[in-house]
Amino acid sequence: MTRKLRRHTFLRARRHALHALAWACVGMTIALASGCADSSASSRELTFWTVGREGEAVAKLLPDFEREHPGVHVKLQQLPLSAAHQKLLTAIAGSSTPDITQLGNTWIPELAALDALEPLQARVAASKVIQPSDYFANIWATNQIDGTLYGVPWYVDARLLFYRGDLLKQAGFNAPPRDWAEWRRMLAALSHPERGTYGALLPTNEFEQLLVLALQQPEPVLRDDNRYGNFRSEGFKRALAFYVDTFKQRQAPAITNVEAGNPWTEFGRGVYAFYFSGPWNIGEFRKRLPASQQGDWNTAPMPGPDGPGASNAGGSSLVIFRRSPHKDEAWQLIEFLSRPEIQQRFYDLLGDMPPRRASWESGALRDDPKARAFREQFERVKPTPPIPEWERIVTEMQLVAAQAVHGELSIDQAAAEIDRRADLILEKRRWMLESAAAIHGRTSQQDRAHPSDRSRQP
Amino acid sequence: MSPRLAKATINGLLIGGSAIALFPLLWMLSVSFMQPGEASSLPPPLLPAHPTWNNYHELFARAGMGRYLLNSLLVSTAITLLSLAFNLMAGYAFAKLRFAGRERLFQALLGGLVIPAQVAMLPLFLLLKYLGLVNSYAAVVVPAMATIFGIFLVRQYARGIPDDLMEAARIDGAGELRIFVQIVLPLLKPIMVTLAIFTFLAAWNDFMWPLIALTGQEHYTLPIALASLSREHVQDSELMMAGSVVTVLPVLLLFLALQRYYLQGLLLGSVKG
Amino acid sequence: MNPQRAAWLFLTPALLVLGLFFLLPVIAAFVLSLTDYDLYALADIRNLRFVALGNYWELLHRPLFWSALGHTLCFVAIGVPLSIVTSLGAAMLLNSPLARMKPLFRTALFAPVVTTVVAVAVIWRYLFNTKYGLANYVLGGIGIHPVDWLGDPHWAMPTIILFAVWKNFGYNMIIFLAGLQAIPADLYEAARIDGASALRQFRHITLPMLGPTLLMVSILTVSGYFQLFAEPYVMTEGGPLQSTVSVLYLMYEEGFKWWNLGSASAVAFLLFMIMFAVTAAMLRVSKRGGEA
Repeated sequence: MTRKLRRHTFLRARRHALHALAWACVGMTIALASGCADSSASSRELTFWTVGREGEAVAKLLPDFEREHPGVHVKLQQLPLSAAHQKLLTAIAGSSTPDITQLGNTWIPELAALDALEPLQARVAASKVIQPSDYFANIWATNQIDGTLYGVPWYVDARLLFYRGDLLKQAGFNAPPRDWAEWRRMLAALSHPERGTYGALLPTNEFEQLLVLALQQPEPVLRDDNRYGNFRSEGFKRALAFYVDTFKQRQAPAITNVEAGNPWTEFGRGVYAFYFSGPWNIGEFRKRLPASQQGDWNTAPMPGPDGPGASNAGGSSLVIFRRSPHKDEAWQLIEFLSRPEIQQRFYDLLGDMPPRRASWESGALRDDPKARAFREQFERVKPTPPIPEWERIVTEMQLVAAQAVHGELSIDQAAAEIDRRADLILEKRRWMLESAAAIHGRTSQQDRAHPSDRSRQP
Repeated sequence: MSPRLAKATINGLLIGGSAIALFPLLWMLSVSFMQPGEASSLPPPLLPAHPTWNNYHELFARAGMGRYLLNSLLVSTAITLLSLAFNLMAGYAFAKLRFAGRERLFQALLGGLVIPAQVAMLPLFLLLKYLGLVNSYAAVVVPAMATIFGIFLVRQYARGIPDDLMEAARIDGAGELRIFVQIVLPLLKPIMVTLAIFTFLAAWNDFMWPLIALTGQEHYTLPIALASLSREHVQDSELMMAGSVVTVLPVLLLFLALQRYYLQGLLLGSVKG
Repeated sequence: MNPQRAAWLFLTPALLVLGLFFLLPVIAAFVLSLTDYDLYALADIRNLRFVALGNYWELLHRPLFWSALGHTLCFVAIGVPLSIVTSLGAAMLLNSPLARMKPLFRTALFAPVVTTVVAVAVIWRYLFNTKYGLANYVLGGIGIHPVDWLGDPHWAMPTIILFAVWKNFGYNMIIFLAGLQAIPADLYEAARIDGASALRQFRHITLPMLGPTLLMVSILTVSGYFQLFAEPYVMTEGGPLQSTVSVLYLMYEEGFKWWNLGSASAVAFLLFMIMFAVTAAMLRVSKRGGEA
């Protein structure tokens, strides 16, 4: 009898325990779930991620947009530049993407490969505001991956030359260089390493300088549908040789930008006559150099191997995420931010340069002598290969180039080494293209049924 | 050395050491009340010229600090309660209930202590991704619901409970659960407090895993929010110090209130069984 | 009622959590490290390939892995002894019969331990600012030129080590203090009667008596310091010139910045193996030392 009783008590106790446990679990689940739910509850709230400095400027433009579109509220989140890439990718992995984001145009291929972005071709075709022909052609092209349009350019960024006109004049040059030979003569005339002055500053840890020289060549940097590196081409070797020679002839110091410290004041003091950089430095030089020196500096388009040369087609675009429930509103915001008068205000606020020609035809930009070189350069920019691996390849390119600068590798050895590393990074891409081609050959019908396979198509 | 000199030296060193230990924290408190830009001047000021609550106001009104504070409280409390329940049950079982393979299982568990948690992080992220839990509070809470260290701590302590108590209850016909709740738990109270404060502090201060698992701002805990804010607002030292105060103060107060239990647990945990 | 069944009932929740969210991922991490799980595999799992030890092979040929390992080892090799010496020193001061207001000092010295790494790292970043930081201001007062603490590749790691020592020494101090208090006072008494100096007392009584504690503390501190991550993440972002990239920082970037989960898992496993080897070697050496 006692045993029976004991068993009964145990059963009751166990039932109690299970009940308690179950309720605890339910309670916890509700608490956790309600925490997740409230973020998606609002109806017409657009989440807009910006990267770096753009957030604060765009916040000043948004009230106008919200006034024009009653009921739409834009929630702005600023990602720090150094954490942006990781945040975007984990957001995709965790299905917690915003509606719309600012995206560096070299990152578009990656997000397109993940099938995270909404194709925009149809919306552009129907738009009265956004006319592709008004955009700088090669900037627009960076938003097209395998023929599909994923973004609308928001601002453009290309590297070109900031130069000290007064120093050039002293050395007997009346205009900035138009080709490499002329540039080399100027660098030689302006470099006095024994006095601590150099023709140019080319920080050895930044890839943009060599990249621009490489993009100026007729040969592409990757070959065979971006399956292999093309760094052993004559063109790349010419670019690399020009780059390395600048250091060998002591026309630029072989230092990184950390060691360079404050390049603006050094440029002002005449330590460097040329500074190879992007649009945001117009504002920096205006702010950091004294008024008396403002007439001494200007900007010039890139000199090329023989005559005016190309630069990189950088900048940021606006993209809509595939998972966004508010694509129409997001598109309205893109159209709003693409209007010439808004782009001009954006330039006034931040100095980011507009990607469409109409925005340059009035306002502060039209008459700014320091912006003119950029306007000219944007007609002559070249995109980098539109593949997710590009950023890693170009990072490796610079690491090897820095070794060549320090004399550890010859030009031929360095070119071969960059090719070797690029081919290694591209191995997966080659495999995927091949297997996709094989699948495509067998069952092309089935393939089309899987949207995620688009990334595997050549 | 004369005894007096020795005494002066020892106490002097202690004062110096304490000053170094506390100075950054006091400086943080002071700067958090300064006007924007005040700390970035030479010579660096030690005290605010005109103390202001502005930075705190800015943090809560504009940077969403209230939300992050609530997130931290919610996540840390949930982890503390759940892991307390699970670790107490398991630790007690290892200490007092006989079952086949008990010692071997416990040794295996202890072996797991040598594996750094980071090894598990990448697949854990994928696992939670496929479970649809990434970017939810659950992503941070669920993996922390039991810890080897906690089980170990409870087992060490529970071994001190005399078996007679349980045997007597069993003879009286009490079920195992009732024995646990009515007899064992009250005896485990000291270790419960210790474990609770340990877990809470660890959860509050945790950085790497929440950084990975919480992708959306709305779920950020204070350390993640602070790290993110500090990358955006590098220049605003006063604002960042106010953020640090909000992050550090709750745990510091908790520690001061329950110091005895915390230090006890620290010693218990470091005596390997 | 069967205690055996009750035991399993009590164990199940904890074992389930540990099994599902720790053991399983650890095993999966090893499997993952043998694949090339990357961005493409994330998009479509059919893009996953088995690469055997390829990730490990590639890592061992990557200069960044070696430099990250070098930075981590440097952090451990300098940081651990420095922390332990500081902890022991503080514990001995607190244990001295001459010390006043012991609980107060103990709390003050321990306070940094309970603070949040991220928050105090932010504080240190400002204290060690080159231009406005108090550290340089104080050094300037005694005629030392400003140091670019976190911006100079040679100084960034030493600054992080200093930070870690400040943040962590209190923990071991408490353990040492308990160890010191357990040493019988008459040992010292006898030594004093024999005329042994303070230094000799320390060498022949304190150190041997603390031996086991010292070993345990060293092992725990070493494995803690191998897991360096939050400090460089907040204070330097791995820079300048990648001089503060630790192994875990590399794993984080490789995994969650570039989404090479395969090779990131390999990084994690290599770290685990190195930690295991180092702590095992420490145990070995101490055992041999104990026998001699």
